[in-house]
Amino acid sequence: MDIVSIRDFSRAQIEHVLDVAERMLPVAKGDEKSKLLDGKVLGSLFYEPSTRTRLSFEAAMARLGGKSLGFDEPKGSSVAKGETLADTIRMVDAYCDAIVLRHPQEGAARLAGHFATKPVLNAGDGAGQHPTQTMLDLFTIRESKGKIDGNHVVIVGDLKYGRTVHSLSEALAMFGAQLTFVAPPTLQMPKEHLKHIQSMGIKPKSGTDLAEAVKDADVLYVTRIQKERFPDPAEYQKVAGAFRIDPALLKDAKKDMIVMHPLPRVNEISPEVDKTPNAKYFEQAFNGVPVRMALLAMVLGAVE
Amino acid sequence: MKEFKVTPIRNGTVIDHIQVGTALKVLRIIGVKEDVNSTVSVLMHVPSKKAGWKDIVKIEDRELDPKELDKIALISPDATINIIRDFNVAEKFVVEVPQKIVGIMKCANPGCITNKNEPVEPEFVVESKKPITLRCIYCDRVTTDISENVV
Repeated sequence: MDIVSIRDFSRAQIEHVLDVAERMLPVAKGDEKSKLLDGKVLGSLFYEPSTRTRLSFEAAMARLGGKSLGFDEPKGSSVAKGETLADTIRMVDAYCDAIVLRHPQEGAARLAGHFATKPVLNAGDGAGQHPTQTMLDLFTIRESKGKIDGNHVVIVGDLKYGRTVHSLSEALAMFGAQLTFVAPPTLQMPKEHLKHIQSMGIKPKSGTDLAEAVKDADVLYVTRIQKERFPDPAEYQKVAGAFRIDPALLKDAKKDMIVMHPLPRVNEISPEVDKTPNAKYFEQAFNGVPVRMALLAMVLGAVE
Repeated sequence: MKEFKVTPIRNGTVIDHIQVGTALKVLRIIGVKEDVNSTVSVLMHVPSKKAGWKDIVKIEDRELDPKELDKIALISPDATINIIRDFNVAEKFVVEVPQKIVGIMKCANPGCITNKNEPVEPEFVVESKKPITLRCIYCDRVTTDISENVV
């Protein structure tokens, strides 16, 4: 069983992963010990830098009594000598029980899945999928709100290129959440993607006015707007200012609205928000551990 | 006296009912180039009872392989193939768009892993037949721009 794309999962399957993740919480926090994956080895191949994803996968493996090996940049590995991904995967497949892969090319995880006999977990392939991020986002919403369906989720930031927002919005649509997309005009959700979401029976709203959208939100999901998307630095400053989350913006929001962010953040969320009960992004980052524990335990056959 | 624009062929293939305007693309995807070594006739903008207008390609002394037929189906799904042996139509059929497209198209996404030096054939699933819409099974990119990406 590979974990390549959130599209490969039904709602019931995702809910099952979240249930298992919930049971993992005491072990993820270090309150209980587990030997569930004792003797198992995770191959961790990061062709691109990543802090949270790599560390939380390795933490997840360690918390369940397993070990991780691999690289966090291709420099110095056989990859730098021009080895194909297919060959690297076949080699690592022989050393490990499961493979986690972050790669700059889209579709890399699917390809790895074809060459590996062991389970492959996609930790992000270029601008493509990042299913474990989506699952931990859903887990965070469910933990905070008790359920996913029925919530009004406002997603703000770079909706055109942002990898996490495409898979997340699809998954939220599958759960029947209400969606509003807020972005600068040049970074709006691609039409193709909107159509796909509409085909799932959801009528998302799109706009540029964050203050208006926030008033009725249960969840505010913030993503980074990258400077390099703007040829004119002045234009970037203007946009970055208009989409900044600060205590003034939260004043008009529901008291129990939660603020999420896949991190790293730059200026999108003012540090003053960190102290508010609305801030859930560090908890969200922690949730990567129980969710990845659940997925590792499941693909390795330690839990059903 | 009956006037023939193009004379019948003894052996070879007649690709009829090609979507009007795509005959040159058909030639390209079946690899008819300067070094062609049999007679190839191309008729463009021919009146057609079915579609109003059509193109026709006749290739002498050559029968097409299944991959070539799949490629033609992708850019002209209503084309018919007439295999001619000794002036007679030995076989006649309409091309068929396969459910899976393997190794005859490259992915339109330059960032797709199949466009790197990996030992895999690009593979697509057919999302819709009219218009033909393909989805890369690796990167999920959806494309309708078929003739640009046929290899």
